[in-house]
Amino acid sequence: MKPTSHDFKSNAAHALEDEPLRRALSGIKHGFVANRARARENLPEFEQLRDEAKAIKEHTLAHLDLYLEAYEEKVVSSGGHVHWAATADDAQAAILDICRKAGARTVTKGKSMVGEEIAINDHLEQNGITPVETDLGEYLIQLRKEPPSHIIAPAIHLTREQVEEDFRRTHTGLPKDRVLDEPDQLVAEARSILREKFLSADVGITGANLLIAETGTSVIVTNEGNGDLTQCLPRIHIVIASIEKTVPTLEDAMTILRVLARSATGQEFSTYTTFSTGPKRPDDPDGPEEYHVVLLDNGRTEMLGGEFHDMLRCIRCGACMNHCPVYGAVGGHAYGWVYPGPMGAVLTPSLIGIDEAGHLPNASTFCGRCEAVCPMRIPLPKMMRHWREREYEKGNTPPRYKLGLKLWAYAARRPKLYRALTGLAMPVLARLGKRKGRFSSLPLAGGWTRHRDLPSPQGKTFQQLWRERKGRP
Amino acid sequence: MSGSSARDAVIGRVRSSLGVNGTDDAARREAVASRLRDHPENLVPERGRTSGDSRIELFTRMLEGQSATISFAGKPAEIPGIVADFLRDNNLPAEFRSGSDPLIRDVPWDEAPALTRHTGRGQGNDAVSLSRASAAAAETGTLFLASGAENPTTLNFLPDTHIVVIREKDIMGSYEDAWNALRGTYGEGNMPRTVNLVSGPSRTADIDQIIVMGAHGPRRLHVILLK
Repeated sequence: MKPTSHDFKSNAAHALEDEPLRRALSGIKHGFVANRARARENLPEFEQLRDEAKAIKEHTLAHLDLYLEAYEEKVVSSGGHVHWAATADDAQAAILDICRKAGARTVTKGKSMVGEEIAINDHLEQNGITPVETDLGEYLIQLRKEPPSHIIAPAIHLTREQVEEDFRRTHTGLPKDRVLDEPDQLVAEARSILREKFLSADVGITGANLLIAETGTSVIVTNEGNGDLTQCLPRIHIVIASIEKTVPTLEDAMTILRVLARSATGQEFSTYTTFSTGPKRPDDPDGPEEYHVVLLDNGRTEMLGGEFHDMLRCIRCGACMNHCPVYGAVGGHAYGWVYPGPMGAVLTPSLIGIDEAGHLPNASTFCGRCEAVCPMRIPLPKMMRHWREREYEKGNTPPRYKLGLKLWAYAARRPKLYRALTGLAMPVLARLGKRKGRFSSLPLAGGWTRHRDLPSPQGKTFQQLWRERKGRP
Repeated sequence: MSGSSARDAVIGRVRSSLGVNGTDDAARREAVASRLRDHPENLVPERGRTSGDSRIELFTRMLEGQSATISFAGKPAEIPGIVADFLRDNNLPAEFRSGSDPLIRDVPWDEAPALTRHTGRGQGNDAVSLSRASAAAAETGTLFLASGAENPTTLNFLPDTHIVVIREKDIMGSYEDAWNALRGTYGEGNMPRTVNLVSGPSRTADIDQIIVMGAHGPRRLHVILLK
């Protein structure tokens, strides 16, 4: 997809006016957030498991060349094929090539963020192959030709009414007077339509949550079972995964899986966690005859060992966006590309460039909740700061911002001047704002007052109050 | 770029980003080889270390917490009656499909003459299937279903109702114990084509964040625990 991250500001402004979106996003707090808190409560070792999960990924990344070689060897020895792709284009080409050789006309797809990243659906379609998303959320957004707005709940921005409208518009073979008032009626309709697609597909494409070097296994995690029907029915199973998904052993995979579902949906464990190794065995009554893994770099090796290295630990649970006040206000589409929320604010500039995605690291209040809930303890705010510094150094910052920052820095580095200026400003502002107790507009503060009032100061600066109270609250 | 040149390029970039060269490699290779060979255990939560009756109790409680149901069979001859009762209680036809796993094959199915058993891989219109789980982890009530000549994977996903038989002695505390049991069957570093870890029936919350059962896979999961 063509990114619109450079339009973050206007995207966000539109999102704030979007009433159905507001309703859709309001459920996150009582859903994902509350459920994660409960799951964490129920497992006393949760914090220790986070430390171990982080250590596993760090060990793997430090030996990534060797684990990738070991992984490839095991895939090949179990009868599978590995295709290395340096870029998104290479991955597209590899997948199309496999599909063409198989004479494929339709492809079913499990949910894959890497699939979104390389825009595989568009590429297949342009080449006459029909991709069918089978995760319900992905299916809903495919009907609307929209990108996902959340990495684990791609259609979280939609309401039931919108889904009903889309089904009536696209499922034209069904009776017009059928009742679609409840989620379970909509799910049943999608199930029966997609069941036919599963049974007739030539190729199934899934992502991978993990790749295990010990056994040459790819792992997917779903609640619907769509990823399984995608891979056990067609003749060919293609796994698309980025290189940092690798872990050493089954034990290491389980440690990460213990924190994944709990952080994501708050489940103790996802309904289906599937370990796939090679094609069907000679006596197996079902399963794919060919098993291909497309291993994607697309910028990961550049992140390795650098300022954004920590981001390679990300397991795509979505906890950071579920807990983010900015994501909660504007939703995922405002971020303008595949990965939204705090993890997207760090990853997107790495993958599509800071010129396109420079606004995203600014879409943060630095409240720190994302880092606090990240199961892999990724310092997301710190890395957003790195991007802000880079953006500044590159000269992408508008001149007015620069001037403001320079003036502020000049004063902030001179404590006497700073105290004198703020000591002067606070009483003046207090007097001006005394009647209403707030300002609805104020010079130089338009960015704040356009959307909300600025409370008026009470007359003294923080430092004056601190001194008076000798640090007591 | 494709084939071995792409492979060499990616591996080469990994190495240059990590700043490694030939001289560091012996120690790094040994670290990787020993981890893959020994697959050391990481932290296993206390609840995964239970044994005996409390393990069965935990397994049952976790399974039910995931909206699965459970029955207990004292011996294989009780299984036909349990299956027949379950199907009748849920207004389901008295037939099912299963693989040829010896545990299922050797059940005296004549005990329930009204019950029809089909064998083979799952079909798109199967209503009910019966599978055997080779292991389970009590810590989250998770079944391990391994594919093979006698255990088709399609039976785990296509039917509306999935019944799974597991022997009590195959229920482990933790995932790690379950994998070690599978390593005993398939050998170190080897896996069957598919291992499905199943924790409850299929579900989705993609519409209005309301949980609905039976998104694509089974709407019901019933476990028969064989003593």
